[in-house]
Amino acid sequence: MIEINNIAKSFDNHKIIEDISTTFDKGKTNLIIGQSGSGKTVLMKCMLGLLDIDEGEIYFDDEKFNKKNISKLANLRKQMGMVFQGSALFDSMSVLDNIIFPLRMFSNKSNTEMIERTKEVIRRVDLKDVDNKFPSELSGGMRKRVAIARAIVLNPKYLFCDEPNSGLDPKTAIIIDKLIKEITIEYNITTIINTHDMNSVMEIGDKIIFLVEGRKIWEGNNKEILNTDDKLINDFVYSSELFKKVKLYQKNKN
Amino acid sequence: MRLFFHIGRYFLMIKSTFTKFTKWSVLQKLIFQEIDDLIIGSIWIVAFMSFLVGGVVAIQTALNIESPFLPGNLIGFATRQSVILEFAPTLISIIMAGKVGSFITSSIGTMRVTEQIDALEVMGINSLNYLIFPKIISLMLYPFLITLAMFLGILGGYIASVYAGFSTSFDFIQGIQLDFKVFHVVYAYIKTTLFAFILATIPSYHGFFMKGGALEVGKASNVSFVWTSIVIIIINFVITQLLLA
Repeated sequence: MIEINNIAKSFDNHKIIEDISTTFDKGKTNLIIGQSGSGKTVLMKCMLGLLDIDEGEIYFDDEKFNKKNISKLANLRKQMGMVFQGSALFDSMSVLDNIIFPLRMFSNKSNTEMIERTKEVIRRVDLKDVDNKFPSELSGGMRKRVAIARAIVLNPKYLFCDEPNSGLDPKTAIIIDKLIKEITIEYNITTIINTHDMNSVMEIGDKIIFLVEGRKIWEGNNKEILNTDDKLINDFVYSSELFKKVKLYQKNKN
Repeated sequence: MRLFFHIGRYFLMIKSTFTKFTKWSVLQKLIFQEIDDLIIGSIWIVAFMSFLVGGVVAIQTALNIESPFLPGNLIGFATRQSVILEFAPTLISIIMAGKVGSFITSSIGTMRVTEQIDALEVMGINSLNYLIFPKIISLMLYPFLITLAMFLGILGGYIASVYAGFSTSFDFIQGIQLDFKVFHVVYAYIKTTLFAFILATIPSYHGFFMKGGALEVGKASNVSFVWTSIVIIIINFVITQLLLA
C-alpha cells in the first residue's frame, strides 16, 4: 500500500500539484486520471522520488519515504518497477539484456538462474522469439511488454505505469491493460497507473483518482465514475462521442 | 550568475559520479565498451590528422625560413616542438571535443529524452556513476592516442620535408634530437590527462542535464563542443603558464 498526504510540488513558483492525499491499495490497479497537464506525471515522479516534493509525506507500507536516507531509498527502489510512457528501453541492449539488467545489477543469482528468471517473465508477458532483438526492431505493443517484463523481473512490491497504452491501437491497449491487471493480482503488488484513456478506466480501474489542475477533485472506482454527478468528471468521461452514446443508451434503457 | 550555477552543478555532478558505485562486473563491461567507442574508434581520425598536419607544419616552417644563416635542422626542431607541445595534445583534443564530445553528449542526451536515465534512477542505480565513470576511466587511455599523434605528426613532417626536398633526412633527425627536454613531453602528458577528464565530463554534463527533445540533443552537442573547446584552451593557457613560463 502507498499512502500520500498533502503532497504539493511547484516549478518556478507555479504550483503543479497541490494538497493531494489518498491511498493506493495492494493487489489493485490504482489509476490517476486527468487531462494532459493536470499533474499526473509530476505526482507519479514525486512518488518515485524522481522529483522532490515541496510539502507532504509519502508512505510505502507505513514506511516514510525519505530521499536523504540513501540506503533505505536504494532498498525501496529495488522494490519498485516502472513502465515508462515511451517504454524507456535501453536501445543499445537486446530484449534479453534489457530484462536481465535489474537482475545483473541487484541480484546475487548465478547467470543461469538469471537467464531462467528472465525467460520466465518473457513468457509471462507473452513474448516469443524476441530475446536477441533490439528495441528498435519491436512494435509498440511488444516494447510495452518488454518494459513490463523488465519492471517485474525483480518481483517488485510497487509497479508504476505512466500511460502504458499511449501510442497503441485500441485492441493492443486493452491487452496491455489486462496484462498489467493480471500481473497486479498474480504478484499481489500495488500498481499505480497514469492514464487519460477511458477504456483503461473502465477495464482496470479498481481505484481512480481524478486530477484537475493539480488538485484531486474525485476518487472512486470504475463503476462509480459512470454514476457521479460531478460536472468536471462528467465532462472528462463523456468527452468522447462513444461514451456519450453509451450514456444515452443507458438512459434510454432505463 | 547563470555561469556560476553551471559551474556549481558541474562540480556536484563530478562528486556524485564518484559515489554509490555500480556493480563492478557491470562497470567492467561498460569500461571496455567505452574504450572501444571513445579510444579505438578515434585512432583513424587522430592518425590521419596528425600525419597530415605534421607534414603541413614542416612545409610551412621550410617555406618561411629563407635565410641561409638558419641551420638545416630547424625544420625538424620546429616540427617536433610544434607537434609535442601544442598540436598533439591541444589541437587533437579540440578535434576530439567535436568527435568524442558530441558522441557523449548526444548519447547521454538521447537517454535523457527517452527516459532511459529516469529508468536507471527508478531502479536505484546512480546514473551519473553508471554513465560517466566508465567514460572517465576509458579516456584515461587518451595519452596513448596522443602518443600516436606525436609519433605520426613528426613522421608526417619528416616525409613531407625530406621527400619534398626541404630538408635532408640527416638534418631533420638531428633537428628532432636537438635540445630535447623530457619535461616537454611530461608537460604534454599532464595537460593531455587533464583534457581527457574535460573531454569525458563536460560533454556528459551537457547531455545529462539537457531538457527537451531531439532538436535539443543537437543543440546540446553543439554547446558542449563550444564549452569543451573553451575550457581546453583556458586550461592549456593556465598549465603552460604554470609549467613552462
